[in-house]
Amino acid sequence: MSSRESSQSPEKTTNLHVGTIEPGVKKIDPIITVDDVRRQFGGLTAVDVEHLEIPRGVITALIGPNGAGKTTLFNILTGFDKPNAGKWTFDGKNIAGVSAFKLAQMGQVRTFQLTKALGLLTVLENMKLGAKSQKGESFFFSLFPFFWRKQDAEIGEKAMVLLKKFKLEEKKDEFAASLSGGQRKLLEMARALMSDPELVMLDEPMAGVNPALTQSLLDHILDLKKEGMTVLFVEHDMHMVSHIADWVVVLAEGRVVAEGPPKEVMRNPAVIDAYLGSHQDIDLGIVTGRIPKNTPKLS
Amino acid sequence: MSKNTSSRIAQGVTNTLKIAIVSFFALMGAFVASPALADSVGEEFDYRIAGNVKSQGDPLEGVRIDVSGNGFTSSVATDSDGKWSIGVPQDGEWTVSLAVETLPADVEVGDEELSRGVSIGPSGSVIQNFIFGQSERALISFTDQLVSRLIYGLNFGLMLGLAAIGLSLVYGTTGLSNFSHAELVTFGALMALFFSVALSLPLWIAFPLALLASAGLGWAQDAALWRPLRKRGLGLVQLMIVSIGLSLAARYLMQFFVGGGTQQLPGASAIKIPLFGAVALSIVDLASMGISLVVIVVFALWLTFSRTGKATRAISDNADLAAASGIDVDRVVRIVWIISSVLAGLAGILWAYFRPGIKWDMGEKILLLMFAAVVLGGLGTAFGALIGAIIVGLLVETSALFIPSDLKYLGALVLLIAILLVRPQGLLGRKERVG
Amino acid sequence: MDWGIILSNTAQSLLSPATMAFALAALGLAVHFGFAGLLNFGIAGFMAVGAYGYAISILTFGLQWWTSALVGIVAAAVFAIIMGVPTLRLRGDYLAIVTIAAAEIVRLLFLTTAFEEVTGSADGLFGYHASFRASNPFPEGTYGFGPWTYNEVEFWVLVIGVVLVALAALFVWRLMNSPWGRVIKGIREDEDAVRALGKNVFSYKIQALIIGGVIAAIGGIVYALPSAVNPNVYMTSLTFFVWTALLLGGAATVFGPLLGAVIFWVLQAFLSSFLPALVASGILPMVSSAQASTLRFVLVGIGLVLLVIFRPQGILGDKRELTFVK
Repeated sequence: MSSRESSQSPEKTTNLHVGTIEPGVKKIDPIITVDDVRRQFGGLTAVDVEHLEIPRGVITALIGPNGAGKTTLFNILTGFDKPNAGKWTFDGKNIAGVSAFKLAQMGQVRTFQLTKALGLLTVLENMKLGAKSQKGESFFFSLFPFFWRKQDAEIGEKAMVLLKKFKLEEKKDEFAASLSGGQRKLLEMARALMSDPELVMLDEPMAGVNPALTQSLLDHILDLKKEGMTVLFVEHDMHMVSHIADWVVVLAEGRVVAEGPPKEVMRNPAVIDAYLGSHQDIDLGIVTGRIPKNTPKLS
Repeated sequence: MSKNTSSRIAQGVTNTLKIAIVSFFALMGAFVASPALADSVGEEFDYRIAGNVKSQGDPLEGVRIDVSGNGFTSSVATDSDGKWSIGVPQDGEWTVSLAVETLPADVEVGDEELSRGVSIGPSGSVIQNFIFGQSERALISFTDQLVSRLIYGLNFGLMLGLAAIGLSLVYGTTGLSNFSHAELVTFGALMALFFSVALSLPLWIAFPLALLASAGLGWAQDAALWRPLRKRGLGLVQLMIVSIGLSLAARYLMQFFVGGGTQQLPGASAIKIPLFGAVALSIVDLASMGISLVVIVVFALWLTFSRTGKATRAISDNADLAAASGIDVDRVVRIVWIISSVLAGLAGILWAYFRPGIKWDMGEKILLLMFAAVVLGGLGTAFGALIGAIIVGLLVETSALFIPSDLKYLGALVLLIAILLVRPQGLLGRKERVG
Repeated sequence: MDWGIILSNTAQSLLSPATMAFALAALGLAVHFGFAGLLNFGIAGFMAVGAYGYAISILTFGLQWWTSALVGIVAAAVFAIIMGVPTLRLRGDYLAIVTIAAAEIVRLLFLTTAFEEVTGSADGLFGYHASFRASNPFPEGTYGFGPWTYNEVEFWVLVIGVVLVALAALFVWRLMNSPWGRVIKGIREDEDAVRALGKNVFSYKIQALIIGGVIAAIGGIVYALPSAVNPNVYMTSLTFFVWTALLLGGAATVFGPLLGAVIFWVLQAFLSSFLPALVASGILPMVSSAQASTLRFVLVGIGLVLLVIFRPQGILGDKRELTFVK
């Protein structure tokens, strides 16, 4: 990526909604719709979403304070958790109660907050694992390499292309455990792309990533949009959200309190009070009173 | 962990083992003196003559059976179930005789032929039973039977509870599923045997000494093995496998000293006093129940009200939080190991009277029952282990009314599996938040 | 001390049916635990199901020996399904407890006098060798050399055993080096990650349980082939010995379990001759020869403890590949 490209703001897609912008607004082309989904743990309601639609082909951010239910909603949508009530669809198909692995086969992949790069497999094996419809993965065919050798080689080539893109190609035969934390995040993302998914769901992709890697990750996520995939990610870093998201959904106490294009959402007084804080562009030192108000800005 | 520390641990373990073996040899020479005749001999032969000796439906122990023929002779004594088994080198004709002088005095020989010819055919074995007296099938009412089973079950359950509490506490405070816990039970019984029979000390000295030895073993286990391994950072699966290896070594070491036979503590054959209905308990049974109850109550008070007891429960709940609030987790765990071993040892002594009999693998027989009790009540909770144990005891004894008695443990095992499937946190445990 | 006999006994055990049965059981357990990460502490149960399935089919149903072997294998697969469907979603140490309980239930059912007619209860089953011996292709005579001398029946058993071990090893090796094996190794480490990649984790675990169980059952059949079926053989201590052999050789490898089983059994044979010989020649005082025999099991227990602490990957394993080591 040349520095000229990366210093430009990414092009935002607009006009995704139908009608006035409010929580639960319909989208022109939703890839996921959620209806009356509720998840309770004991007496605590973690998620209570009346209606939500995620637009196709763009990058949507899911934000909110800790405990707002973002990861729980994620887990429900990806089949890793069962809600107490509600239904939701993917590509128009009703997927309530469909198991996680089937959803992944349908074109919906996810990454995890605590990166799950399989450390005891090599990088290349990790990548190959991500591919769909592998003949060799069926018990009977696996015994006869004749049936799967060719396909496995093709998968290997595809893996190498992706690894090169994520700058991991030299590590292909290393155990994934020997990679750094940031490299493992890249591996998890690259692996998720092996199945040519339609929807990529990233759970806090920037968590624990050093600043040098942030730019690279952002570029990769933007690339996903360029290649026609839909992205839904959970994040806390508002700068990142406003930089690349086309649409923002704000969750608080399990309910959608606001949604819309990032700039509008961030100006929403309710959202500011609840979550953003009002001095996003001012040095943190001034906000907290550690340095005097009149100190000239450095940048 | 650095190589130096590994080799120091290895050295420490080796030294401890050496000292242990040498001192055992020295101390327990008396123990090794006369191994009881085994209940089964000639395992190296392919052919077998076996059978039962019973009088009025009850198995007779210690009766000698002689087999002779084809230039070969062998003998064996019946075990506590009245069973005997002799291996012989070939098939064909053999003579089986019962040594009448080894029969208990009160057995009526009647018409039973004491010396019989048998022949081993292509199946490779033959059974010969010696049944004396009329097996009186006195018609006992079902209610009476049920009540007597419930009482025995309660007795068994209380004793099982004593053993299971320690297992649960160790799991709660360290996360270890300790498969060698059964050997602590056997050890208590063996120590009681050693002090009361081999050293001929009066019971009121022998038993406390046995418990002291159990406490010592618990202390030693945590000090020499479990704490160093925890510090070394071993995973829970590794620790579990270590406990399995330890149980193998301990069990066979005990077989090494005691042999394969069954031995009795003094007073084991106390007469049963008929109380009511079909219930007949001996002084020993009553004392056993009494002791179990008293110890359990004292322990419950300790766990609820004492500082260390509260600390134990805190650690079981959340070890990190407990440590952060100033509790010396290592010290509490050490105390838990000592208490766990003492309770298990006491359970072993009571188990020795209940069976009756002490055998090298007696603990192993109830290991799964202990796990059933602990899982049913809730892994990690002491009170749960107790309730679970009583339920298991009642279930095991009353199930003997409905299913063949050699399957009576089956009910508890099925229950164990069912609980893990339906409600893995047990009755008193809290549901773990998954993910 | 007659070293001749000691060494001869030890050498013989290298190729004994017991060793081969053990190797198969260890290989089955490698599929369960080494490759799929399933804590199966009921492997003795699978061996029992195989052996009893075989013997009962011959004695009660009058089938030929190789049909009976198939029955034993199918029975093991069914047992795996019954055991696996409800329990495979359980956490590691819970699964360990459940599998021990399941194996013990199986043993109690084979031991109870209620089914004595079919199972032989405590005496077990024997005398089912007729059709097996009838199908022996080797003519009467002596085969082999030195300590490995066999009559035609023993040789037949040996050949079958070796062929089965080789086939099983090849099978597992092929399997684990295929994409199927890749999925299993992923499941071993992190089920959720593999699930998120579109693989039906539950189905794979059941398959692994069946495959490993069947291999262990074949081990049980090989053990029973020349001798007898006795319920006292299939106790939890047998499971623990198989675990020791597996960890010794290297849990997550194909040759590890074979190597571990051979070393374990050869050591056992050596010690069971050597220790009593020490007693007889007065080197080990105050000990009877029966006692000396139990010492070897003490050594197994100690060996297992040291193994899992200091070298959990065993002889052939790679420490980087282990999931149960922190």
